[in-house]
Amino acid sequence: MTNATTASVPAVDVRGVTKTFPSRRGDDVTALLDVSLSVHAGEFVSLIGPSGCGKSTLLRIIADLDSPTSGEVSVFGKSASGARRDQDYGIAFQSAGLLPWRTVAANIELPLQLHGMTRPARRARVSELVELVGLSSFASSYPDQLSGGMQQRVAIARALAESPRLLLMDEPFGALDEMTREYMQSELVRIADESAAAVVFVTHSIPEAVFLSNRVVVMSPRPGRIQTIVDVDLGSNRGERLREDAHFFEKVTIVREALHGTPAPHSASRGVDHR
Amino acid sequence: MNAMIVRRVIPPVLLGLAALVLWEALVIVADIQPYLLPAPTAIGAQLAMVAPALLSAMAATGSNALIGLVAGAAIAVTFALLASRIPAIDHLIAPIVAAIAVVPIVALAPVLTSMFGATSESPRRVVVAIVVFVPVFVNALRGLRQVRPVHRDLMRSYAATNGQLTRHVTLPGALPFVMTGLNVASSLAVISAIVAEYFGGLQNGLGSRITSAAANSAYPRAWAYVVGAIVLGLIFYGITLAIEAATNRRR
Repeated sequence: MTNATTASVPAVDVRGVTKTFPSRRGDDVTALLDVSLSVHAGEFVSLIGPSGCGKSTLLRIIADLDSPTSGEVSVFGKSASGARRDQDYGIAFQSAGLLPWRTVAANIELPLQLHGMTRPARRARVSELVELVGLSSFASSYPDQLSGGMQQRVAIARALAESPRLLLMDEPFGALDEMTREYMQSELVRIADESAAAVVFVTHSIPEAVFLSNRVVVMSPRPGRIQTIVDVDLGSNRGERLREDAHFFEKVTIVREALHGTPAPHSASRGVDHR
Repeated sequence: MNAMIVRRVIPPVLLGLAALVLWEALVIVADIQPYLLPAPTAIGAQLAMVAPALLSAMAATGSNALIGLVAGAAIAVTFALLASRIPAIDHLIAPIVAAIAVVPIVALAPVLTSMFGATSESPRRVVVAIVVFVPVFVNALRGLRQVRPVHRDLMRSYAATNGQLTRHVTLPGALPFVMTGLNVASSLAVISAIVAEYFGGLQNGLGSRITSAAANSAYPRAWAYVVGAIVLGLIFYGITLAIEAATNRRR
């Protein structure tokens, strides 16, 4: 998972990005203020913060779905729009965003089809992907026949279709129940390991961020800026047991206190956050 | 399944039969003259007698309605696509659509008949196309504007071209709306194809047969052609309903 040293060019390099949204009454809203962040190749970084801290805006700027007001973004050394045109990243949103008139296989196939892959090659790749996300027996189902978690897995398979070196995820598990959510997190750890892609993961769940990430970027709102960055590094062997590990709770506490803006004294007697 | 069909089909059929029996009885008991209301049996007898002529009249009117429907719908969807993509065209076309929506077809049909000449089917087809245009256009445009932001973002992340966005997201998403428009339009197509025949021109369709039968005091025959018109309308409506169900199953 942490093969950050293998590549010298960072997967994502954000330098001094500010984003203001003009409002009708003239008082502009500053969504991001002077944000700088570097994500290494193969690294898993979560962006966490209360709503309005600009974490989704930052992700959209990296994806070139929004442009920064000032500052620069490079993805694998290219401009954000160059990286988008070269399909250097895969993206998953909070809503799965599947096309309801396409089957599971056809949804996963969409990016391959758009970029001119031949039909036999597409078919082979799609069958790999449905297997990767454990949906082989649902390949010919339609999205409305699937549960929310399954739809989200299809969206992840679609994001992985072109084996991107960078995966951008905007609260992909936000709408799932807790059980499904933990299952999906474990799946994502496995998938990210297998694909060796860098991941930028937006969430508002502290345990989720700690469980998944090498680093957790804690953001504060109005204006959105990076408060602190917490190194997690719980190792690559992240089984279900990790969720009950003292080390895990310690990191959860650190992130939580960073989020609430209180200093984090490292005492074992402090209550841990189970959310 | 069978029980459901029995429960859903039998009652309306029985009601229809009861109404026909009541109608027959009323005509006999009250001694109603045929020019006011012919008896169902008289209409039925005429139906059997004019069957070949009726079928050819239905085919003539039906093909006019179908050609006008397809042409009008195709033009409507094309313009809706343009209007959804290019704001200038949207602003240009909105007042034109409003104008078309209020065109009285009764006023337009005789003008078109003299324009194309009395031996042409074209004026009827043009009338149908104009009538069909408005509901299909309005619904298609509404559907084309329903693209979900997440789908737009997704296609942008794929660096998809405008054409790819239209073909893979916008058009399939608008399809149910287009079908709703076609549903309304299909009934209007038959009605306007018949009405257009009332203003002269060729004498081969249902509308002209109804007027000529009525003019000759052959009231049961006129009613037989009216029955044909109802059946033709139902056929059009049923087919579009079936197409709508087939395209809807997958969403």
